[in-house]
Amino acid sequence: MKITLKLYAGLSQYLPVDSKNHSTKLDISSSATASSVLDKFVPEGAAHLVLLNGVFLEPEERKLPKLKDGDTLAVWPPVAGG
Amino acid sequence: MSWTKKVLRVNLTEGSISEEPLNMEWAMDYLGQRGLATKYLVEETDPKSDALSPENKMIMTTGPLTGTIASTAGRYSVVTKSPLTGAIACSNSGGYIGNEMKNAGWDMIIFEGKAPNPVYLYIENDKAELLPADDLWGKTVWETDELLHTKHQEPQLRVAAIGRSAEKGCLFAAIVNDLHRAAGRSGVGTVMASKNLKAVAIRGTLGVGNIENPKEFLQATQDGKKVLAENAVTGEGLPEHGTQVLMNVINEVGALPTRNHREVQFEGAGKISAEAMREVREGDGRANLTTNAACFGCTIACQRVSTVDKTHFTVKDKPEYQGSSGGLEFENAWSLGTDCGVDDLDAITFANYLCNEDGMDPISLGATIAAAMELFEEGYITVENTDGVELKFGSAEALVWATEVTAKGEGFGKELGLGSKRLCEKYGRPEFSMTVKGQEFPAYDPRGIQGIGLAYATSNRGACHLRGYTVASEIMGIPEKTDPLETEGKAGLVKAFQDATAVVDSVGICVFSTFAWSMEDIAPQIDAACEGDWSVDRCLEVGERIWTMERDYNLAAGLTAMDDTLPKRLIKDIAAKSGPAEGRVNDLSKMLPEYYEVRGWTPDGVPTEETRQRLGL
Repeated sequence: MKITLKLYAGLSQYLPVDSKNHSTKLDISSSATASSVLDKFVPEGAAHLVLLNGVFLEPEERKLPKLKDGDTLAVWPPVAGG
Repeated sequence: MSWTKKVLRVNLTEGSISEEPLNMEWAMDYLGQRGLATKYLVEETDPKSDALSPENKMIMTTGPLTGTIASTAGRYSVVTKSPLTGAIACSNSGGYIGNEMKNAGWDMIIFEGKAPNPVYLYIENDKAELLPADDLWGKTVWETDELLHTKHQEPQLRVAAIGRSAEKGCLFAAIVNDLHRAAGRSGVGTVMASKNLKAVAIRGTLGVGNIENPKEFLQATQDGKKVLAENAVTGEGLPEHGTQVLMNVINEVGALPTRNHREVQFEGAGKISAEAMREVREGDGRANLTTNAACFGCTIACQRVSTVDKTHFTVKDKPEYQGSSGGLEFENAWSLGTDCGVDDLDAITFANYLCNEDGMDPISLGATIAAAMELFEEGYITVENTDGVELKFGSAEALVWATEVTAKGEGFGKELGLGSKRLCEKYGRPEFSMTVKGQEFPAYDPRGIQGIGLAYATSNRGACHLRGYTVASEIMGIPEKTDPLETEGKAGLVKAFQDATAVVDSVGICVFSTFAWSMEDIAPQIDAACEGDWSVDRCLEVGERIWTMERDYNLAAGLTAMDDTLPKRLIKDIAAKSGPAEGRVNDLSKMLPEYYEVRGWTPDGVPTEETRQRLGL
């Protein structure tokens, strides 16, 4: 299945070189999890805020096969603002 | 120093200046800055008085930690009655002048009355005098700053000033200090203009002292700095990316108010984000972001410094704007960009420059322009109102034009300067105004983040994210993650954030420190610096006391529970069109009764006698 992976802020550097707008399309297996996808792209512990279609994924949820075709996974390092 | 225990009272009507001791009995109950100055305002003024009359007072105030070695301790506030909302106003600013005021030996400067002619206050330690400002009236903040530095031949002079917008009656005028930092919200600059007070210029060299327990203070502040440095947000995220990093975050969660809150996601968010500020432009081969910067004593350094492309339409014929200047924060990028549907990063940056140059709150300005754009697109405003300008969503040229005419108070800019509530009422569509208590919304949509809706509705100074930033919990998981779409538990969450923020705003430190610091980190710094025992519980009780006192002020000013609401657009008329909150409105009615209950207020939002007694009010 195909998903969109978006890596923002300091994580953008880990996207493939042909990525645009901090985003890349991925072909993943049906058993893939958010964690298994992120393990291929970002260093361990670097992903802090992980959103699946805009909804926060708790760390334990990232290890579950919750991804579906067409999903968007957006990820940030620790960030905040005001 | 902690408290200097000295107040400077400036009677502008009489032109007299006097020194008096700080009321330490009140300081024990209200700490300083926001809390203590509000106590003075409550005791000395009638809440029903006209905000722009001589009867209103304006208080510049520091906290007991301002100017100390505590990290982020460069803050000061301006407390007065707001002409925009008719409610209490307390605007907080960083930069360097708060430290300078403290080093000159003053906890507080109380301005009362109205000067017969324009004046500015010049302070050099114990020496304070009112000087004529006829030559400064009509000048911008930046011109005023330069003229005062030249006149006094003091490079380290710190200046807080109003610009032309305030003089022309813009109701959301700011007081800008150190060129790029502002006591921005609620029209405190308009109050300053109403008093014929153009600027406050301060040089303080008395140094730091009066710390209750210097050894403990050194340890407590070192511990605090270590926490900030080791925290990934305050040690790395904020200095590296600034607040602007939230543009893509809030867009992804579907809570980015777009085109006057008609939508909750902006297709152009990526073009005006923190990431975009770092990208090299085609025009001049440089990035918008030049560097980061810090306020006095801050070890976070989240400020942005930017440069607009010299070939960009906004500056190509204006070399004075081609150098580096104050860059975009998330709020400004949202209000001037997303809310107006504008995705031109340099145009938004330029509009933000103008807000600093002429002293305007960019949140209120952008949100008001957004409301005007909706009025234009719906036909309630035409090119006859706008000197031929097509005031349409997405037009960078229209945004810049609207900003310029508001800064100068010219033509349609006079109407924009009244804020979105009055503008929309004038043109017969009050429901287009995205305000609470007459103050414009910040950058988080209450349909996608339920708790912040309650925080906006109950904010004592009108819609404001900095009175109870539940976004930290609902989106970032600080201190712990809560579901942004859930209403249960949000009443207690909002109260906790509101009370803690009231403490932070009353001691002289920056609220951004609380991304890493809890009250367990802050209380020991207060306790070591100040006389008296300042436990976590006592600090939080002070926060609740301050919040309730502000509520009492507003009730006395004539506000009621009816004012604790959100625009119908957000609670009834327009559900979120996309994102996780699709189909949702804000469920304020589920949260508000519980909020009154956890505050110890009646169902009508009035603090009970029992609550007042418990808090010593």
